[in-house]
Amino acid sequence: MPTTRRQFLSLAGGVTVAGTIPVVTLRPLEATPAMLTSAIRSVVGEAQLRTGKVKLDIPPLVENGNTVPMTVSVASPMTADDHVKSIHVFNEKNPQPNIGNFYFGPASGRAQVSTRIRLADTQKVVAIARLSDDTFWQVAADVVVTLAACTEEMN
Amino acid sequence: MPALINVPAKAKRGDVIEIRTLTSHIMETGFRHTADGKLVPRDIITSFICRYNGAEVFRADLFPAIAANPYLSFFTVARESGKFEFEWIGDNGYSSTASTSIMVE
Repeated sequence: MPTTRRQFLSLAGGVTVAGTIPVVTLRPLEATPAMLTSAIRSVVGEAQLRTGKVKLDIPPLVENGNTVPMTVSVASPMTADDHVKSIHVFNEKNPQPNIGNFYFGPASGRAQVSTRIRLADTQKVVAIARLSDDTFWQVAADVVVTLAACTEEMN
Repeated sequence: MPALINVPAKAKRGDVIEIRTLTSHIMETGFRHTADGKLVPRDIITSFICRYNGAEVFRADLFPAIAANPYLSFFTVARESGKFEFEWIGDNGYSSTASTSIMVE
């Protein structure tokens, strides 16, 4: 049967509609690219990395990846015996896996840091805290980015 | 002085206070190309240190994934009156400092 004009248009229209639907990325939660894994290993070493304790506040959907507000905090008494030594933040799909390392001590009073970061793509952000007993705790957040940073041309 | 610092002018001894800093810097990632294909060399701030009466209370290593004009907010315990000193160090010999004082009662 030859395709009628009506059938063709409805088909083409359907494709266009499908094309405007945001791309849904289905990724296994634990599948992290090798660069991210090795960057995390260089901080954690062979120590066990547990999930919890760390809180990562980052918008789940950002329009502009050039400046994304982010706050990382850990509930800790911040005493000499029990405090957070450092917080390390990583990303999955920027050209480089590191975002920042932040160092604290008992004089910090509160283990919390806020900054603004760049995200080159829709991806996972991972925050890892090192406590004074040298245990490592992590949290991950997925961020959807509609305008990517870093890779655009410079005029 | 291309930095904005926000520290409370007065605090009670033992209070946990927030310190906010914003400095002006391009934070060129080193991953961008010009229209004719040349790589734009990296030019970022790599390190930030905050000292309270000479003692380090907060330090950060920054990477190209930190947005232009780096903003950092963190906390410290107000122990005594004195001075906060801030230092930013970066590529191509970049160095910038700022300071502010606090009254602790």
